[in-house]
Amino acid sequence: MEALFGITGKGFVLTASDTTMARSIVIMKHGEDKSRVLNKNTLMMYTGEAGDTVQFAEYVQRNVQLYGIRNGVPLSAHATASYTRRELAKALRTRNPYHVNLLIAGTDPKTETPELYWLDHMASMVKMPFAAQGYASYFCMSTMDRYWKPDMTLEEAKALMQKCIDELKIRFIASLPQFTIKIVDKDGIRDVQL
Amino acid sequence: MAMKGKNCVAIAADRRFGVQLMTLSTDFQKIFEINPRTYIGLPGLATDVQTLSELFRFKTNLYKLREERDISPKTFSHMVSSTLYEKRFGNYFCEPVIAGIEKDGSPYICSMDLLGCINHAKDFVVSGTASSQMYGTAEGLWEPELEPEELFETIAQAMMSAVDRDASSGWGVIVHVITQDGVMTKTLKARMD
Repeated sequence: MEALFGITGKGFVLTASDTTMARSIVIMKHGEDKSRVLNKNTLMMYTGEAGDTVQFAEYVQRNVQLYGIRNGVPLSAHATASYTRRELAKALRTRNPYHVNLLIAGTDPKTETPELYWLDHMASMVKMPFAAQGYASYFCMSTMDRYWKPDMTLEEAKALMQKCIDELKIRFIASLPQFTIKIVDKDGIRDVQL
Repeated sequence: MAMKGKNCVAIAADRRFGVQLMTLSTDFQKIFEINPRTYIGLPGLATDVQTLSELFRFKTNLYKLREERDISPKTFSHMVSSTLYEKRFGNYFCEPVIAGIEKDGSPYICSMDLLGCINHAKDFVVSGTASSQMYGTAEGLWEPELEPEELFETIAQAMMSAVDRDASSGWGVIVHVITQDGVMTKTLKARMD
């Protein structure tokens, strides 16, 4: 029942992740941030089996940071996504694969091109202009299909994100009262309000 | 789908990526260049499409370093076959199609099942969710000794008609026509709905 969103705009990616941690029918916690900062300009959001998610995200986070320290150059968003896919794919055919679905958002600090990668637990990777993960995708991909356009401003992207969240409030059986909204651009990653 | 022509071959694929009935992307790459005279199409489970394409890039790069020449389509198809059969118990979910021009200029096409059993054909090979539709359209349109332009038209029409009859493929088609002189690549808009 978890939901992740990403929308690319002109020089940034706007991301949203719901903040409820649920186990079976019980909500265990509100206010969980389901994302990890991989490096200054790359953010990874995750859903999936509790335990696997944080373990895998932090494993990738530390290896991406190690790469940056060793080489003095940060790993690009595409390289990060490819590396993550490889790690997921390696685990897929072992006795204990990671059950993790991801969105990786990044903005190249020099060219200011936003990038958004969608990865599922079987390690398929696709680059998308806008993406949703979980049941939310059944409701909101059509909303984003209708209203997304290239080079959106931050205000337009925020309005679209609000539309998606509102759609979930109307049509989705589970309640997702709160979302963490972040923006990934050339200056780094920071929290924003819709 | 791959087709033979007169001193040329063509390989084509749709561009949809989706999870069951939800389409997520319409520019997904399923055909990969191995070298300018050999192409491989990898329809099947998306994760294995990507894993295998990376694996074949790795293997053919090593081959080129060791042999100091490009791999021929026939040799490459046996490389693919062994790679798949290596995972006989715990296989990749992918049924490749290979098209290329041999060193002597003769066209080469083949398809494979997911365990690596090679199928050679004199006319065309098909693979994927729309394979039964493709057999029908290709059987109806293909003729021997087609020139590159005619071959392009034949495979394009065969693909477009076939994917329109399959719910889980379509959203555009990409065609590569490989000749002695080079490769012509075209992306087609099919029914985008």
